[in-house]
Amino acid sequence: MSPLQACLVFSAALFSLGLIAVLVRSNAILVLLGVELMLNAANLNFIAFWRYGPTPAEGHGVVFVVFALAVAAAEAAVGLALVIALHRHQRNVHLGDARRLHG
Amino acid sequence: MNSWPILTLVVLAPWAGAALLGLRPGLGDRASRWLGLAFSLSTAALGAALLAGFDPARPGLQFVERHAWIRSLNVHYHLGLDGLSLVLVLLTAAVAPAAQLSGWGRAGPARVPTLLLLLLQGAALGVFLAQDFFPWFTCWELSLVPAYFLIRLWGGPGAARAAYQFVIYTIGGSAFLLAGFAALFASTGTFDFGQLAQLGRDGALTEQLGPWGVRAAFAGVLLGLAVKVPLWPFHTWLPPAYAAAPTGTVMLLTGVLSKMGMYGFLRLLWPLFPAQLHAAAPALLALAVAGIVLGAWAALRQEDLRRMLAYSSINHLGYCLAALFAVAAAAGGERPAAEAAAAALAGLVLQLFNHGVTAAALFLGVGILEARAGGRSGLGDFGGLRATAPALAAFAGVAFFASLGLPGLSGFVGEFLIFRGLFGLHPAAAVLALPGLLATAQFLLTAWRRVFHGPVQGAAAGFSPLTAAERSALVLLTVLMILPGVAPGILTSLTHPLVTAWAGHLTP
Amino acid sequence: MMHLPVQLTWLIPTLPAAAAAVIAVVPARRPGLGAGLALAALAGSLILAVLALGGALADPATRLTHTFTWFAVGHGAIRLGWLLDPLGTLLAVMVAAVGLLIFTFSLGYLREDPRAKQFFCFLSLFAGAMLGLLLANSLLLLFVCWELVGLASYLLIGFWFQRPAAAQAARKAFITTRIGDLGLLLGLVWLQDATGTLLLFDGGRGVLEAEALSTLAGATTVGGLAVSTAIGLLLFCGAAGKSGQVPLHVWLPDAMEGPTPVSALIHAATMVAAGVFLVARVFPLLAADLALPLAPVHALSVVAAVGAVTSLFGAAVAVAQDDIKRVLAFSTVSQLGYMMLAAGTGAWTAAIFHLLTHACFKALLFLGAGSVIHATHHEQDIRRLGGLRERLPVTGATFAVGMMALAGVPFLFSGFWSKEAILHAAHGWAVSQLPFLVALAAVALTAFYMTRLLAEVFAGAPRGHGAETAHESPAVMTIPLVVLAIASVSLGFLGTPWWPWLQRTLDPTFKAEAGGAGLMAVSIALVATGILAGWTRYGRHPRSDARAPDPLARSVPRLHGALAARLGCDELYAATLGRLNAALAAAASALDRSVWDGCVRFLARLGVYAGIVSRETDEKALNGGFNAAGDGLRASGRAYARTQTGDAHGYVWMLAAGFVLLALGALLGEAR
Repeated sequence: MSPLQACLVFSAALFSLGLIAVLVRSNAILVLLGVELMLNAANLNFIAFWRYGPTPAEGHGVVFVVFALAVAAAEAAVGLALVIALHRHQRNVHLGDARRLHG
Repeated sequence: MNSWPILTLVVLAPWAGAALLGLRPGLGDRASRWLGLAFSLSTAALGAALLAGFDPARPGLQFVERHAWIRSLNVHYHLGLDGLSLVLVLLTAAVAPAAQLSGWGRAGPARVPTLLLLLLQGAALGVFLAQDFFPWFTCWELSLVPAYFLIRLWGGPGAARAAYQFVIYTIGGSAFLLAGFAALFASTGTFDFGQLAQLGRDGALTEQLGPWGVRAAFAGVLLGLAVKVPLWPFHTWLPPAYAAAPTGTVMLLTGVLSKMGMYGFLRLLWPLFPAQLHAAAPALLALAVAGIVLGAWAALRQEDLRRMLAYSSINHLGYCLAALFAVAAAAGGERPAAEAAAAALAGLVLQLFNHGVTAAALFLGVGILEARAGGRSGLGDFGGLRATAPALAAFAGVAFFASLGLPGLSGFVGEFLIFRGLFGLHPAAAVLALPGLLATAQFLLTAWRRVFHGPVQGAAAGFSPLTAAERSALVLLTVLMILPGVAPGILTSLTHPLVTAWAGHLTP
Repeated sequence: MMHLPVQLTWLIPTLPAAAAAVIAVVPARRPGLGAGLALAALAGSLILAVLALGGALADPATRLTHTFTWFAVGHGAIRLGWLLDPLGTLLAVMVAAVGLLIFTFSLGYLREDPRAKQFFCFLSLFAGAMLGLLLANSLLLLFVCWELVGLASYLLIGFWFQRPAAAQAARKAFITTRIGDLGLLLGLVWLQDATGTLLLFDGGRGVLEAEALSTLAGATTVGGLAVSTAIGLLLFCGAAGKSGQVPLHVWLPDAMEGPTPVSALIHAATMVAAGVFLVARVFPLLAADLALPLAPVHALSVVAAVGAVTSLFGAAVAVAQDDIKRVLAFSTVSQLGYMMLAAGTGAWTAAIFHLLTHACFKALLFLGAGSVIHATHHEQDIRRLGGLRERLPVTGATFAVGMMALAGVPFLFSGFWSKEAILHAAHGWAVSQLPFLVALAAVALTAFYMTRLLAEVFAGAPRGHGAETAHESPAVMTIPLVVLAIASVSLGFLGTPWWPWLQRTLDPTFKAEAGGAGLMAVSIALVATGILAGWTRYGRHPRSDARAPDPLARSVPRLHGALAARLGCDELYAATLGRLNAALAAAASALDRSVWDGCVRFLARLGVYAGIVSRETDEKALNGGFNAAGDGLRASGRAYARTQTGDAHGYVWMLAAGFVLLALGALLGEAR
């Protein structure tokens, strides 16, 4: 198993973990955590493809990751704000209860 | 030749009065009435000026005003006046102030009815003076609006229905008229009466529209005018409308508006479609004679003065129509027909004026009766009125006898000339129309006997004397019934060259 | 002697007409002023008429005419004119003179009437129009005046308009005469059309002059009639209506509802004679067809026939009337028939002679009747009168003069001479002797009914309160009676067979024929028979009380009943013409209400139905489509909205499933 393969297997596992968290947990904070895991799994892929890719000398992968991290931070802030707003409205952060937008 | 747009003034003066009344909502009744009278008299003043400047020797249009109006449609603001128009303007000048005066005794606000009467007067004058279809038709239709509201809002029982029927019926007729002129315009590109008449005389209309097209246009125009006059059997709107309309309105309706239709026959239908009218004239003559006879007989059956007089109007206008149709039917005949035609046409114009004055006076009399009898106008509601209202009886007597054609009063000369012409052109029609004269005498004298003679009964008791307004209106109309009866030359001299020219056209 | 210039002829009719206009506007508080004005104006007319007559008599052969243009029509003009000839001026003098006497009489008769002012106004109007009629040189002007005298007659018959009978009679008179007038009008327009003028004499171009007459007689019209015959008969229609000829006589007896001076002036002496005057005036036109021996009918034959029927009818019906004025009215009908008969047989001068004498003695009789009625407080029924000889001596004497003049008592009285002239003409008529025999019968009947009238009113004893308390009328009423009585005697000598001055004056071609002595004897015998029969029945044994039946009713009850009912003419007309007229009126009215109004209603309903159809198509077809599309859109939206659960987990699952599907698709696509 090459290092790249190992990295990819790890990142896939990490992504799957995040996805499972997003899909099955009903606590909004944990779902948010799952989203973060999936993002970081993607970041890991960027790094791995950069490091073991054809042009490791240029910093393409790192640039992408830095951007993604910045965006993730913003996203986390927004997400947490949403969670807080949700909590204000229904006194919990249970996603199953937040269905007021149904059609 | 005349720098003053005097014809425009004639039309606009009553409208200016109406506008003044419209812009001053707070105007009191007294002021409204005087204002209305003053502006309705404008026609008389301007008519006198016209009379002074009019040259009776010229058969053509005078005081002409012609300006381009809507260039894309070749519409002109074209006013002009010939002897016929002048006679009708003078008729309006006499009837309109009397109509204004007739409303002076009525309770209730005076401003709006006065305003509407002025509108009506201006529209009628516009019809008599316009020489282009566009302004002519505008005024023609405009006259319906005030008439509708006057009947609808101030009419007697059944006014709503009568007003509705009146307007729908006449607008229905006008729609055909408009369609006919639309067809003419589409093929000739002009609305000018003079130009259209020239085309009609040349036969160019038939060439451009095709034989069926020109017949359809003729039928449309005929229908529109026939409803307005009315020609029997298009007359059924008239008795209810005359029965329901307030007095001043019905005076204008019968005195002036019914003349608009006859004027249309002379100004539009005859010059534009001489060949078609000639072809249709025998049938139309039969209808006119039917109107004379059946109108008089139907009047004999009426139990209400207003309805009786309405039928009498149908009868009297039947003479005018019969004269015109007999002349049209005789077109192209030999020389002696020209003298008879001239007599018939001169009688026609006289009859237009005289019927206008006489019918207005008769309806004014009925209005005076109604004002004192709580709106009743049945023949059975009165009796012996001559004892309690001798002055009214004297005035009404003059009008009754003028209406039945007593020599010395205005009705006779017109009827004599019409019969003289009718006999020369179409003896059978003259003979068939004679029973109409007899029945006219019969229903008028029967009504006279029931209302004015016999013992005093019904609403005749305690009849209050005539007011100054009523008296002055009656005096005005009575003078105009006696004067043309004694000296018909006053009127015939205005139309003589015109009529002679018309009759001269008959002989090729 | 001074003569009236023909240009001033208009003054004669205008004076009374102007007086009428002035009286109409002066205040009613001054009744004397109106009467005075009327009398003064008529007196002025009388003087002028006498001057005109003098001018006309000075040279009877030339006609003085004055023509003026009324107004222009076409290339010609309607022209009117005045004519001074012996015929017109003589009658004008008669009308003015009799009128003046009757005006005077009216002063007394209507002294207490508050509307006397109106009465004199109408009378003056009548006098003006009647004088205009006589002096007109244009048939149109004649017609104008003709209608105006009709108006005056209408107004005066209905003078006491509050009485329903008077109001009804006035209307009937106007309408019945108008039937005739329409024929006259038609004749006028035909004449105008055929000759281009209505002037009688116009220097060779008038309708009564040779050129026009030969044209008119030469042309034929429907039924092979000469145009002159047709026009003449139409003109005669007017004359028959005005002069109460059968079948248009029905108005004249009813016209007695008017005040008695009116009956005397208008419905006995003057206006009703206008028809005879018209026939005399247009006599050349009526006679124009005599030159055509093959004509189907001659106009004059019709005139004679109508006159004969009328004279007998009037005389017969007069026998059985009980109202003093009705007897005289039917007598007038009969006498007018006499005049027509004379004119029809060609002796129009005899007709005018009789017209003149009749005007005097009939006016006298009517004024006498008026005096009786005035004296007896409006008692007109002869059965309740009687015995007035002593109470009303002047009236009685003058009435007797009038009666003898009318009955034709020989030699002294004017009626005898004028009637003799008529009988003579009828006897000499070549066409038929029937009118002559009828006239003879009428002579006997006239003598009979006049004797009856005189005996019933003046002989015997009073049979009613009115007659018992009667006093002779004032001088203002009796003086006209006396004057008229004198005239009734003296006028006859103007036209005796030995000195036919009147006939020669009227018609310079008149030739007196000798040999009338036998005829005269026959007529004298008939008059004597009539008077004797009347006297034996009514005079010798006057009825004792008002309810006693008439002697004639006892001997021939059915005939008497039929005559008393005027032979049922009014009822016949009411049942036929009246009903026809009413039916036609009803039909005309129903035609309007049902057929034409029905058509309009049908069209209106058609319009409403078209509206309904239009609305239905709008709602069903057009709106329906849009609605369906909208509904579908809304349903699909609703279905789609159902997927929007609002459940974040659900969305994420779907996201995941979509991702898996995409991934699978990509993988499978790559594998292919």
